[in-house]
Amino acid sequence: MDNPLYLDHAASAPLHPAALDALVEGHAIWANPSSPHAPGRAVRAALEDARERVKAALGWDGELIFTSGATEALAIALGRCRLPLVAVSAVEHEAVLRLAGEAAVLPVDRAGRIDSEAAALAGLVTIQQVNSETGVIQPLGEIVTAVRAAGGLLLADCAQGAGKLDLPPADLIAIAAHKFGGPIGIGALLLRDWSLLSPSGGQEHGYRPGTEAMPLARAMAAALEAGHGWLDEAARLRAQLEHGIVAAGGSVIAAEADRIATIGAYVMPGMSSAAQLIRFDGMGIAVSAGSACSSGSMKPSHVVAAMGIDGGGEMIRVSIGRDTTQDHIERFLGAWREVAGSRRAA
Amino acid sequence: MIYLDYQATTPLAPEALAAMLPWLSGPEAPGFANPHSPHRYGRAAAAAVEIARDQVAALLPPGGRIVFTGSATEAINLAILGRRSRQVAVTPIEHAAVLDTAQASGATLHRLPMRPDGIVPADVAIPEGTDLVAVMQVNNEIGTIQPVDALADAAHRAGALFLCDAVQGAGKLPPHADADMIALSAHKLYGPKGIGALWVRDGVELAPLIHGGGQEHGLRSGTLSPALCAGFGAAAALAAARIDEDAAHVAVLWTRARALLPEWTLNGSAEKRWHGNLNVRREGLDAARLISDLRDIAFSAGSACASGSGRPSHVLRAIGLTDAQAKSSIRIGFGRYTMLRDLEDACVGIAAAAAAQGVCSG
Repeated sequence: MDNPLYLDHAASAPLHPAALDALVEGHAIWANPSSPHAPGRAVRAALEDARERVKAALGWDGELIFTSGATEALAIALGRCRLPLVAVSAVEHEAVLRLAGEAAVLPVDRAGRIDSEAAALAGLVTIQQVNSETGVIQPLGEIVTAVRAAGGLLLADCAQGAGKLDLPPADLIAIAAHKFGGPIGIGALLLRDWSLLSPSGGQEHGYRPGTEAMPLARAMAAALEAGHGWLDEAARLRAQLEHGIVAAGGSVIAAEADRIATIGAYVMPGMSSAAQLIRFDGMGIAVSAGSACSSGSMKPSHVVAAMGIDGGGEMIRVSIGRDTTQDHIERFLGAWREVAGSRRAA
Repeated sequence: MIYLDYQATTPLAPEALAAMLPWLSGPEAPGFANPHSPHRYGRAAAAAVEIARDQVAALLPPGGRIVFTGSATEAINLAILGRRSRQVAVTPIEHAAVLDTAQASGATLHRLPMRPDGIVPADVAIPEGTDLVAVMQVNNEIGTIQPVDALADAAHRAGALFLCDAVQGAGKLPPHADADMIALSAHKLYGPKGIGALWVRDGVELAPLIHGGGQEHGLRSGTLSPALCAGFGAAAALAAARIDEDAAHVAVLWTRARALLPEWTLNGSAEKRWHGNLNVRREGLDAARLISDLRDIAFSAGSACASGSGRPSHVLRAIGLTDAQAKSSIRIGFGRYTMLRDLEDACVGIAAAAAAQGVCSG
């Protein structure tokens, strides 16, 4: 591939070198962590060490169940919480929306935020920390206070925020390693207390059957420990990116909202998301039209529609990471101007 | 350390690790991309997933498709819960993944009879009203090979579907053509942990357990790992290429190990068996003590998942062993990377440690 420029970190981030080392080293001891013999115990010890390191890196002092990813973590939480699901936000990921059933769908304002008072319900309330398409951060501190006061529990989908922002004080939290430099194929459900869920039997304290993948767990810990000291630079780069996009006639979705520094959604008036993606892809630039899971379908973003904003059909998401540089941003802006210019010429 | 616990998990084949590495890249190469992204990096990752899917499918009959899952346990859950079966027939020697899932599903459970040699009678009657028959191809504790083709026919005659837990058999024995669903695990065939698969015959309808982005035709949401898929695929291709060689190797190991442990009684059939599994007992032996005495040999007393529970094995009970006999049984598991010399040393060590317990010979 010629000169790739990857600006789709919210879909999946590069594997951190420390995570790769941990993964390869982990595969050198291959016993089953449930085996009582010495190699089995060594794998168990490595797995538990990874669990403690993940918790420490996240500042989480509750319990942690390793899963295959955030989607499975959400499925466990939604399927086995002792309280029924009563509300989700309108901008949740498909993994939550598809299980919403009869639950209330809480609207968002034009900045993409829900009203915390509306979440004051006596059941399980599921709200994301960071929107995967717009980067908007929900005020989960206020929301959890309201939910708890009403006797409810808060499940936070922190797939996009974990490893970058402090975790919210939620009761249950879903995370995915491959969004913060760990491998695809592992995530976790964090829970304040075992009593919040009914067990399934099997491994992970009886909450997630299946042989645990210790090498993946170690890699997840290593990726988290690499830290997020690069976020200030990401914020600077994104400000530059948005300045350039606006100067070239584009607009920023939820520009005034509190947003994570790594994700932005941009509208190029007069050109469909699909056409933009094809043009950028042809230039070796990887961006997306929304979340990776739904972008194959090319449906207009449900997130932007829920915010009451036009332009979802002309939006792309640019998401930056640890290794994004000034040169990358300048190259992308050049490409943006070229694509936008061709639209006028056409 | 001599590792003799190949039923619990197998070493990762170097070829599988090599196949994984391009999809575990840092920022220098776009191999880390999300395979569900439509850009070229995502498409390259998706292509790797599809190559792996074909490699895994080659272990299985034609006329079906592979759904990748997080583990074989999840594949079994998807098969049993996804069918919403009301009556499930199982053998009493199934893995906990089948027994517990069938129980938890609320279905009525029919237990098929089990012969003392660890094999279900091929002419067993399937209880009327059964909608799913779940039988393992190779037992994880005693290695016995079940007559899955005959049982699949019997299931179909009874109007039921047939689910085969092929975790221990896939890549070792030829595929059997008649199952409707087949569960596999990568880490039991020299692939990575963290991935399994459910093969589903065309036309068999399933409801998903994990919803979300709609990956795997909506049957299993969640971002697929191209690295884990590629490792699974490479391991499957290697197993298929080496199927005769691997079987011949374990046959040599088996013959030698049996010769070195002449006073031990074999649990399960000697012939209808995967010969990488040697499950044997000696009267009066304390298997747990034997395992803890032999710190440099990794072997087990039963399945890894149940070990530590202290309960006698449900498999050994089902073939008619007393609790005392079950607690005097050990499982020695070997495979592709086991050296004959290591296995000989281990057998000599096991025999000596048993003698030190004062177990009478004969």
